[in-house]
Amino acid sequence: MKQGLFTIETNKPLTDNVYLMKLRGDVSDITASGQFINIKLDGLYLRRPISVCDRDDDSVTIIYKVVGKGTEQMSTMQSGVLDVLTGLGNGYDTTKSGDRPLLVGGGVGVPPLYMLAKQLIAEGKEVSVILGFNTASEVFYKDEFEAIGAKVYVTTVDGSLGIKGFVTDALADIDYTYVYTCGPEPMLKALYRSINTSGQFSFEERMGCGFGACMGCSCKTITGYKRICKDGPVLEKEEILWEN
Amino acid sequence: MGKLSVNLCGIEIDNPIIPASGTFGYGYEFADLYDINMLGTFSFKGTTKDPRFGNPTCRIAECTAGMINAVGLQNPGVEKVINEELPKMAKVFNKKVMANVSGFAIEDYAYTCQKLDACPEVGWLEVNVSCPNVHGGGMSFGTDPKAAAEVTRAVKAVTTKPVIVKLSPNVTDIVAIAKACEEAGADGISLINTLLGMRIDLKTKKPVIANTMGGFSGPAIFPVAVRMVYQVAHAVNIPVVGMGGVSTAEDVIEMMLAGATAVEVGAANLIEPYACRNIINDLPKAMEKYGISNLKDIIKGA
Repeated sequence: MKQGLFTIETNKPLTDNVYLMKLRGDVSDITASGQFINIKLDGLYLRRPISVCDRDDDSVTIIYKVVGKGTEQMSTMQSGVLDVLTGLGNGYDTTKSGDRPLLVGGGVGVPPLYMLAKQLIAEGKEVSVILGFNTASEVFYKDEFEAIGAKVYVTTVDGSLGIKGFVTDALADIDYTYVYTCGPEPMLKALYRSINTSGQFSFEERMGCGFGACMGCSCKTITGYKRICKDGPVLEKEEILWEN
Repeated sequence: MGKLSVNLCGIEIDNPIIPASGTFGYGYEFADLYDINMLGTFSFKGTTKDPRFGNPTCRIAECTAGMINAVGLQNPGVEKVINEELPKMAKVFNKKVMANVSGFAIEDYAYTCQKLDACPEVGWLEVNVSCPNVHGGGMSFGTDPKAAAEVTRAVKAVTTKPVIVKLSPNVTDIVAIAKACEEAGADGISLINTLLGMRIDLKTKKPVIANTMGGFSGPAIFPVAVRMVYQVAHAVNIPVVGMGGVSTAEDVIEMMLAGATAVEVGAANLIEPYACRNIINDLPKAMEKYGISNLKDIIKGA
């Protein structure tokens, strides 16, 4: 973990309520896709944890949905400097992917898969991606995934774009060796039951600190209690314990 | 002895800054960021007789200038703490550490404290009779002077280490409870634990915290903490450890003026992981600004 000051370079809407923010600063501690950063905002006590969508030598890109006070405040920022903790969470492990990994994202679970897809493609793997949304107007990053060479399947619940239904409805046509996923818990659970390979699942929980100190985001797993922020957010499929 | 050093229940510490239990884990996460040996000491995550997962999530809610937590004393139990966590802790911290202990029956407190009494790394036992997040124990001992005194006596009987009883602010007369603990043999009092609080999510129209209520901490509770530290410090003759919303060197000075011999820093660690380091670094300048040459001199000065 590192603390640093980051300058807002870009902050633009991708859809009605999903924004992309690019922050320039010391990103040396962001070592894996699937990690997150924790942002301090004026007037709000707790930091806001947001997953990393991409990084380059001196900047990090995040994509966030406006869901409350913090993200609403973020959406209005055009410039400025933010106090950010980076390098949080374990992130995805690309060594287990096999030759044909499948990446499955739901809504704002899509962003962390972008950096992962880039890494897997760079490693010479054949990457398929399922992007699940409710409706066509919510879809983002389809073109970006295609541009880096991933085979992209879009699903929308109302059928307004791509395959009608949920992400699981796109599985049948895809030949895959491993699954990486991030999205709402009902989606993760449905996917867990539908896939026939192993995989890594990224979970979300309300956090206090984001770096393992407060035990605010603990969950039970088959291998013991884990802190989503520090021991996760990515769990191996085999260790997941669904509580409800 | 330096101008920041204080004597806490017979043990000299380099400075009065102590990360509060539950906000510092076992120190490892912070030891990655800075040398935690600069701290006076730290109070590690509350220990119980048996392992506990704690409460279901959501355990955290945001508030204006603060937060609510309902972790519920998640810890691996005293055996594992002694066999696994203390040896690991000793690798990153070479001073005496403060062991925070909770229980659900008087015998639990005594059992856990007796085990920890045998650990040379442990300097003080901070007996938590004030956790708001567990049912059938914890805070209930801290809301009744007789029960608080009974826990104190039971713990004192099994240890030679200084016993600091951590009190709950969720009472009508904190002075009566502090006095009862002092009479029962407590070597010190620490306060305040969190204030019982609650938030409701307007979208779901349900409590944010899965356990409905939780402990409110952060800068918002600082004035309440200063008031209670002042009241208790003026009523007992044992050292008081002040805590509740402390975030800056100025807060530390204010807490000590109210009567604190040492000061615990809680929620601030979670928001600003360097909070304690910054406070320690800022203290000399703040002392100079307010004409303080030695921190010891200002205790109970208000």
